[in-house]
Amino acid sequence: MFETALTFQDMMFLAQGAVQTLLVTAIAVVLGTALGIIFGVFRFQVGPWWAAPLTFVLDVFRSIPLLIQLVLANAFLGMVLKLKLSGFTVACGVLTLYTAAYCAEIVRGAIGAVPSTTRRAARSLGMSWRQDMAYIVLPLATRVALPSWIGLALGVMKDSALVYIVQVTELLKSTQILITRLQEPLLLLIICGAFYFVISFPIARFGGYLEKRWSND
Amino acid sequence: MIEIENVRKSFGPLEVLKGIDLTVKKGEVLTIIGGSGSGKSTLLTCINGLEPIDSGRIRVDGTEVHARGTDLNKLRRKLGIVFQQWNAFPHLTVIENVMLAPRKVLGIGKAEAAAIAEKQLSHVGLGDKLDVYPSRLSGGQQQRMAIARALAMSPGYMLFDEVTSALDPQLVGEVLDTLRMLASEGMTMICVTHEMKFAREVSDRVAFFSKGVMAEIGTPQQIFDAPLNAETAAFVKLTQD
Ligand SMILES: Nc1ncnc2c1ncn2[C@@H]1O[C@H](COP(=O)(O)OP(=O)(O)O)[C@@H](O)[C@H]1O
Ligand SMILES: [Mg+2]
Repeated sequence: MFETALTFQDMMFLAQGAVQTLLVTAIAVVLGTALGIIFGVFRFQVGPWWAAPLTFVLDVFRSIPLLIQLVLANAFLGMVLKLKLSGFTVACGVLTLYTAAYCAEIVRGAIGAVPSTTRRAARSLGMSWRQDMAYIVLPLATRVALPSWIGLALGVMKDSALVYIVQVTELLKSTQILITRLQEPLLLLIICGAFYFVISFPIARFGGYLEKRWSND
Repeated sequence: MIEIENVRKSFGPLEVLKGIDLTVKKGEVLTIIGGSGSGKSTLLTCINGLEPIDSGRIRVDGTEVHARGTDLNKLRRKLGIVFQQWNAFPHLTVIENVMLAPRKVLGIGKAEAAAIAEKQLSHVGLGDKLDVYPSRLSGGQQQRMAIARALAMSPGYMLFDEVTSALDPQLVGEVLDTLRMLASEGMTMICVTHEMKFAREVSDRVAFFSKGVMAEIGTPQQIFDAPLNAETAAFVKLTQD
């Protein structure tokens, strides 16, 4: 196992895949979270009745397997709308909406967890809706949402492996290509797994650290 | 001056306020007593516009609370309110709790807001708790912090809704002492309370509420010693045993 045909170039190839994974994940998590906050606040604010159409669309993104979403989105954008989008763009777009759908749910729940009596106290002091949101709801809801959000971010990173279907050579796809060529599946999968771990672990630990810090308040 | 004219308010089919008329003058201390569910809390939340009313009128210093163009956020600066539940902002330290509204609502600078907060917190006896988080405070301390937080906005009126009802008995005294102090300083106050001894001591007038109606209002002597209304008499007798 230690006499390997794996070269420096191969490692660079894997690293490029890891960069793709990180890029797609970072874009999807950042944009998806921003959208998710907007959708989540909207859903909480207008109530279940008026939010029903949005809720339905988000449920679609949450219930159809990501692989199918990617294929369908790619086909729809390319063949029906005749847009010349790169696989990377399609992957980021789909993964962003997928993230936003889950994030909206987390945000809605977290806002609901802020006691209405606390919010009423803020409004009684003359704070506007915006100020209540910014200085009371956002910080308190963030504490509630953080564990689920970390889980979502790590999940999106792993799910991002599926974007190979729209021709994005991310980490897992790069690994598969090398496995086919070098016929060393165990070693390559260990390296690939280690990459994922190295990216995830600090995020998970950072989340744990924040939770601990906030629980002291 | 707070002027309440023929205010009616329902929650669905339940009429909670059935035409309340009441005027509170500057410097007056009014306490409201009455059974649970008689509409006392609802009246307070209507006064600061947290709840809409169905008909009638409430004016604070001439501004009609429920009129279309009224800026409620601005109006609420004049009306401090403290509730039964201690509503600390748990993510902020004690001094930050008190500084937040002066800074964000009144636009006061950080140093000045800190000075105001420190002054108000010392006033209610929390000068040594500035930098702790509310979760480290007892219920009585949290309630006094809520009072300081309201006072930091320099309100013209203070509304208290059963602020001692959720406290352990041994913590009630310290909060009532704070209210007594405010009353003696000339603060205009409406206190909803079940503490009859306190009501008798501090009030200029006492109002008795029953089932959405203000059944009787008068001096503490009248209400507690010679009530005119039979329900008031029954309630007072019940609570004084
Ligand atoms: N937000 C609300 N929705 C529906 N009913 C309410 C609401 N708030 C209060 N009520 C009802 O209105 C009545 C009066 O309540 P409240 O003003 O809290 O009485 P008090 O403070 O005198 O105990 C009660 O029957 C209560 O259940
Ligand atoms: Mg009440």
